[in-house]
Formats: sequence, structure tokens, C-alpha cells
Amino acid sequence: MSYVIPKETYSGNVLSLEFGKAPKSVKIGGENTLPFLSFEGSIPNKPVIAYEIQDITPDDWPDTVKAQYAFCSDNPVKWAQHCQNKLKAQAISLRLIGTHPDRGDRSAGDVAKIVKDVLSAVDVPLIILGSNHIEKDASVLVAAAEAASGYNCIIGKAQEGNYKTVVAAALAHKHKLIAMSELDINLAKQLNILITQMGFDKERLLTDPMCSALGYGLEYTYSVMERIRLAAIMQNDVTMQPPIVGDVGMYVWKVKETFASESDVSQWGSIEERGVAWEAVTAIAMLIAGTNLLIMRHPKAVETVRKTIEELV
Amino acid sequence: MALSGVEIFKLLPKTNCKKCGFPTCLAFAMALAQGKTELAKCPDVSEESKRVLGEASAPPIRTFFLGTSEKAVKLGGETVLFRHDKKFFNPCVYAVNVKDTLSNDELNEKIEEVLTSEIDRVGQKLRVDAISIEFASGNSSQYESAVKLISQKAPDTAIILNCKDPSAAEVAVRTIADKKPLLYCANEGNTGAMTNIAKTHKIPLGVYAKGLSELSVLTEKIKGMGVEDLVIDSGAEKAKDMLELNTQIRRSALKKNFKPLGYPIINFVLREDPIFETCVAGIAAAKYASIIVLSSIEKWKNLALFTLRQNIYTDPQVPMQVEQKIYKIGEPTVNSPLLITTNFSLTYFMVSGEVENSKVPAYLAVMDCEGLSVLTAWAAGKFTAGKIVQFIKDSGVENQISHRELIIPGQVAILSGAIEDKLEGWKITVGPREANGIPTFLKSRPA
Ligand code: B12
Ligand code: SF4
Repeated sequence: MSYVIPKETYSGNVLSLEFGKAPKSVKIGGENTLPFLSFEGSIPNKPVIAYEIQDITPDDWPDTVKAQYAFCSDNPVKWAQHCQNKLKAQAISLRLIGTHPDRGDRSAGDVAKIVKDVLSAVDVPLIILGSNHIEKDASVLVAAAEAASGYNCIIGKAQEGNYKTVVAAALAHKHKLIAMSELDINLAKQLNILITQMGFDKERLLTDPMCSALGYGLEYTYSVMERIRLAAIMQNDVTMQPPIVGDVGMYVWKVKETFASESDVSQWGSIEERGVAWEAVTAIAMLIAGTNLLIMRHPKAVETVRKTIEELV
Repeated sequence: MALSGVEIFKLLPKTNCKKCGFPTCLAFAMALAQGKTELAKCPDVSEESKRVLGEASAPPIRTFFLGTSEKAVKLGGETVLFRHDKKFFNPCVYAVNVKDTLSNDELNEKIEEVLTSEIDRVGQKLRVDAISIEFASGNSSQYESAVKLISQKAPDTAIILNCKDPSAAEVAVRTIADKKPLLYCANEGNTGAMTNIAKTHKIPLGVYAKGLSELSVLTEKIKGMGVEDLVIDSGAEKAKDMLELNTQIRRSALKKNFKPLGYPIINFVLREDPIFETCVAGIAAAKYASIIVLSSIEKWKNLALFTLRQNIYTDPQVPMQVEQKIYKIGEPTVNSPLLITTNFSLTYFMVSGEVENSKVPAYLAVMDCEGLSVLTAWAAGKFTAGKIVQFIKDSGVENQISHRELIIPGQVAILSGAIEDKLEGWKITVGPREANGIPTFLKSRPA
């Protein structure tokens, strides 16, 4: 028997999307094959990693990751500059967690100033995220979108409960948009449809099917992402073709494995490497399942995942 | 590919003698095609038909055990490309590579690391399953003594003899043949000699070739010589090649029923930086490796890789769950607190772990919610006030305790009123939202 490589012919592709401003703008997506399988298709853009920063000092992050930013995390401008200049971030993701009613309840006015300050301090592309509070995000993201007008940012996340307002803001100020649903391929599809029905181009959309950390539901995210990718590539389902976002850091750095002390769990080994590996492995699983844009926290995890991406292309 | 009933019928004696328990050969053939009976039930089937039918009914990826102890691990036997299509069945083996050039002290240290690698996670015992012993010294008696030492000190751990030199391999195999080590590997240059060793000692054989075309030629040749328990290595070095070639192997086996590649895959992922190696191993675990050979097994790395394997290999249709019952934690008395949660394994182990940490003896009522987490079960209508009340009444816990207080998860605080209304004489207390708040919560209650 002679061997023939079993190639598939695919009919669909992932949409490509560019965000940020030249010359530092970044392109993701565009592949017409399953993740990293370039023997049967083309993959014009590598997955990109954005460093997560926040508008307030991240008191709830475990010490090992907080320590990486101890000298700059009290100020989002300094923090963003550190990520761009020292860590060579390809993109930055500003999470406005301080707007959450339980985390300071910052006003939309405050938000506009922070966004403007960060945008004028760096030139890598910016992702602007709310605090994941459905009602509050509606007003916060409107203010953020306006403040960032002209910067071609990604804003998010639009969810079932607030998408109308958030989509209108992204539309008015020409930003890209993350649509997030909760671990259900049908919900993801439905939200994408609702958003495009408002006149928002699918070419400007990203899908976040919701991330989960290694050991805490990762398998659900992994399979939902794989199914979204198969629908996009194999079945040419246009509603499933936006690039996928993996918001990894925020799910990883709250699970016990990333912060339990070595004296409490000696069988788990070094706390430092454990946390980094937890974030890196979660990110790798997301990449293999089809993620185009990762949002991460620990520099060593980012660096290792980048190195792995280099070996995968 | 599987044969149809009619195709099978053509291979049967067609005498309708009924010895198989079926009225006709055709009826037997139909049952066979549906997997409802086995070929051995027909005493008269010819040797040639047996061969053809046996080949057709063999699983697309060969399945066998690595090792012989109760810690032996099953390799191969997968049936799908994507876990959501059905399930991945036989979790990949993690093996650590050690060189025979290490001193005895260093070897002992490595062995110790393997022996103490076991971790309990969500009710499963996970460990480094195998040791790969690399012939690096060029000296066969040194190799033999390293192999001996390891097999004595770690008698239950599966062994991979990572040795391409037939004469050194022969000596080593002889000392531990009864353990069914994997001999790694036969390649273009040593095929005959290595295959003979594997055949003589009835042990599985690794096969290495650069490229899948070359690899299939080699596996066919070895199979022709009589060794069929093979593990294949495509020679991939970069992560990209590993992912692509593993995918091609799995597809060839499953979609084309291409027998020369219908074997479990072995990937060596050795990298200098242990976190980087963890990432590459993660790719292999997600995409089709059966054996992953690592250069180091730090505890943090094991934890991450074991957890990934557990995630990838869980049944996507059936969440991992525990039995519905009233669990005792510590030695509770009639006055000890009673907490309730769902039977999703992860939920149960997180909550019971934290109750244990609190050192307060307690009862944990675990209710069957088809393996869903607290909020998911609540949203799905399985963890509702009515059902909780019914469960508490049926569980008999009222005879175990003298108080009437039930602590519910903080995430379903809104249920407290409804439960209190329906569960007469009971007081409902809302516990913390996260399990890690439980120790402080339990300790601060008046005893
Ligand atoms: C994974 C997941 C799923 C998986 C199921 C996983 C499983 N085995 O349960 C799938 C994809 C199948 C699923 C389905 C659904 N899900 Co769901 N799912 C989740 C997700 C992402 C994580 C759940 C999880 O695994 N948590 C981890 C476990 C360990 O948490 P836990 O059980 O709550 O336990 C913790 C605490 O409660 C506490 N605790 C537990 N017990 C006790 C007891 C006491 C006494 C105390 C003090 C504390 C305590 O300790 C634990 C650790 O801190 C959550 C969102 C989220 N991030 O929470 C949504 C979520 C739970 N799902 C939701 C919904 C609506 C659904 C669906 C109904 C619809 C849908 N979206 O598809 C279906 C229903 C399924 C069905 N069969 O009908 C909603 C519930 C909304 C709400 N508040 O009502 C959530 C919150 C998402 C959301 N925000 O919309 N889901
Ligand atoms: S025993 Fe064999 S020959 Fe006899 S009826 Fe059954 S299948 Fe036919």
C-alpha cells in the first residue's frame, strides 16, 4: 500500500481582521484550514497575544503575577508603557475593572480620560474591555468607544444583555467588537447573527465563546472552539467565521493551582512555575482549538506561548 | 472498514447448520455485522475467512498494554478525531527520559521523582506512567545495570528501552522481558535485529522513520516479520511537524482505515526550557499522542500536564460525577454542620477539600444533578428548592443529626427562602460563594 497524505478540502475560512493604527497595527485570522495545519491550506497571520493591564491596581491577582508589575500597576499609563517598551507587547488589553459596582464603580467620565491617556502613551493596538457587568458595561463601553474614536480598537464584550448599546458604540466610532456568549456554540452563533443584523459587518467582529482555566472547564471551551472552527472551515458557516478570542488570564489567575502556597500543597511543586505553566498550558489548548487572539498576564507565560507559536508556524 | 452482513455471509460455510445458535448463516452474518455476536461461535469457518474477517473487524488503531503491573496503561484504540464526536478513550502516557550515563545517585533521584509523582485530582490517581531509559553511554553493561536498577526500584512502572543498538538492547531486554517493556526503536538501519528481539521476547516495538511514507513501509515490513504491537514515531522534531504528522496519522487510520499507520503514536518533546517543554507536551496530549516522552518531571509540570490530559480525555457527554449520598468529613456528631452541594466531581472535590481544611467535622449532602455545577444545575432546574427539599427528606439525614440547619452554597442564596418554606422546622443558612471561604465560615460558627 502506498501512502497518500489524507488532505481535506475546505470550503470556508476565518475572516481576517486588522486593529490598531499603522505602522503598529496587527492582523489576525484569515486562515482557510484548521489550526496550524498548513499542509492543506494557508495561514496568513499568526495568533497574537495581548498583555492585560487594568485601570486599578490588581489587588486580587496572585502575588507571583502581581509582582511582575508592582512598579507600574498603580497607573495604567505606566503599565501600558512597560508592556510596550520592555515586554515588547504586540497588543495591550485594558480591562476597566474599576468600573464594576463592587470594585469602585468608576464613572464613564473617568473611563474616557483613562482610555485617552493610555492611547496617547503607546502606539501598539489597544483592546478595551469592561468589567463584565452587563448593565454597567453598556455605559462604560460607550464612553470608551467614544474616547478611542479613530484608534481602530477592539472593544468588548458585547453580550446578550447589552449588545445593542455596545454594538451601536462600536459602529459609531469604527471599532472592532468582541461578542461573548457562554460556552454554547448555538448562543455564540445567535449573538453573531443578532449583531450583524444591526448592520455591523461580520468582518469587524470577534467571537469569545468564553474561556475557562485548565482543570476548571477547559474541556468545554476547547470543544466549543473546535466546533466553531469546524463550522467555519468545513461547513463554510459564515456566522462562525470571525476570529476567536481567548481571554485566558482572568480565568487562570483565580484558580487555586495558581496561588496555593508550597507549604499548603507541597505535592504541587513550585508556585512560581506552577502559575506560569497553568496560564501557558491553558493558552496552548485554546490555540490548538482555534484561538486567534489571546489575552494574558504573566510575562513568562506570554514569552513561552510566543515561542511555541513560532514552532507551530 | 467494517464489512456488511452480506459481505460477511459470503465468507461463511453457508451450510445453515445452526451450531452458532442462529437459524441461518445469513442471520449469523447480520448479527456479526452489528457486533452482536462473535466469529468464534461458528466452529466451521475457514482459516482464510477468519483472517479476512479478523482484519476487517480489528479496531482502526491497534490497542495493547504498556507494562504488566496493575499500573500498566492501555495504548491506542481511539475512534475519533475530535473529542466532541464521541470521546478519547485511552489517556496518553507521560514518560520521563533518563540517560544511562547518570550516576547511581542521580538515577535513584529520578526514580524517586517518578515514584512520588502520584497526585490525586478530582478522584483520579495520576502519575508519570513510564520511564524511558536512554542508551547514551555506548556501553551495554552500563546500560544493563541502569535498566536493572530502575526495574528493581520502580517495579511497577512501565519501561521504555530507548536504545537503537540491537546488541545492547538484547542484553537489556533479557533482564526485564517479563515486564513487557517497549523497545524503542526499530529504524531503517536495524529493522531485522530489533524486530527479532521484540518477537522473541513478545514485547511491543517502537518504529521510527522520517516521514509517513517511509514509516508505513517499515511497519508493514515488521508486521510481515510477525510483530504487531507497534508504537510509531514520525520523526517530527518541530511542534508544527508533530501536530501535522500526528493529525495525518490519526486521519489515515480512522478515515482511510490505512493499517500501516493504525498504531499508537510516540512523541519525544524534549526541550531545554521546562515550561516550553510543558507547552509542546500539551500539544501532543491534545492532538493524538499515546506516549509523550519528557526530559523532566517537576511537580508543577506534572500537575499541569495531568490536568490537561484529564480535561481532554473526559467524556464530553457525561461530566465526571460522584455518587449521591451524605458524605461524612472527619468524624461528625449529631451536632455537626450539614452542607449541601451538587454531584459534579469538580464541585464535590473543591467543597469537600475545603471542609476538610477547616478541620470542622461535617456532613456534606451531595445531590445528584447529573454532574452539573451548582449554578449550571440551578439554571437547568436540577438544583431547585423543591428538589433539594425532597432529597433532604429522602436521604435520611434527619436521623443522623439532632439539629435542623442546612448550609447552602452562596451562589444559590436566593433559594434559601423557598427551601425554608417547604422544609418545615429547618433553618437555611447561606454559606460563602466560593469554596475557599468555607474554612473561615465554618470555624467562625459557634460550636
Ligand atoms: C462549564 C459550564 C457549563 C457546562 C456544564 C459543566 C458542569 N459539569 O456543570 C455546560 C456547557 C454543559 C453548561 C450548560 C449550561 N449552563 Co453553564 N456554565 C458553566 C460555567 C462556565 C462553569 C461552571 C463550573 O464548572 N463551575 C465550577 C464549579 C466547581 O463551581 P460550583 O459548582 O459553583 O462550585 C463552586 C461554588 O459554588 C462553591 N460551592 C459549591 N457547593 C457549595 C456548597 C456550599 C455549602 C458552599 C458554601 C459553597 C459551595 O464552591 C465551588 C468552588 O468555589 C458557568 C459560568 C461560570 N464561570 O461559573 C456557566 C453557568 C453556570 N451556566 C449557565 C447556564 C444558564 C447554563 C445552561 C442552562 C444554558 C447554557 N448557557 O448553555 C446550560 C444548562 C445545562 C443543562 N444540562 O441543561 C449560567 C447560569 C446562570 C445563572 N446565574 O443562572 C452560568 C453562570 C453562565 C452564565 N453566566 O450565564 N454550563
Ligand atoms: S455455525 Fe457457521 S455454518 Fe453453521 S449456521 Fe452458523 S454460521 Fe452457518
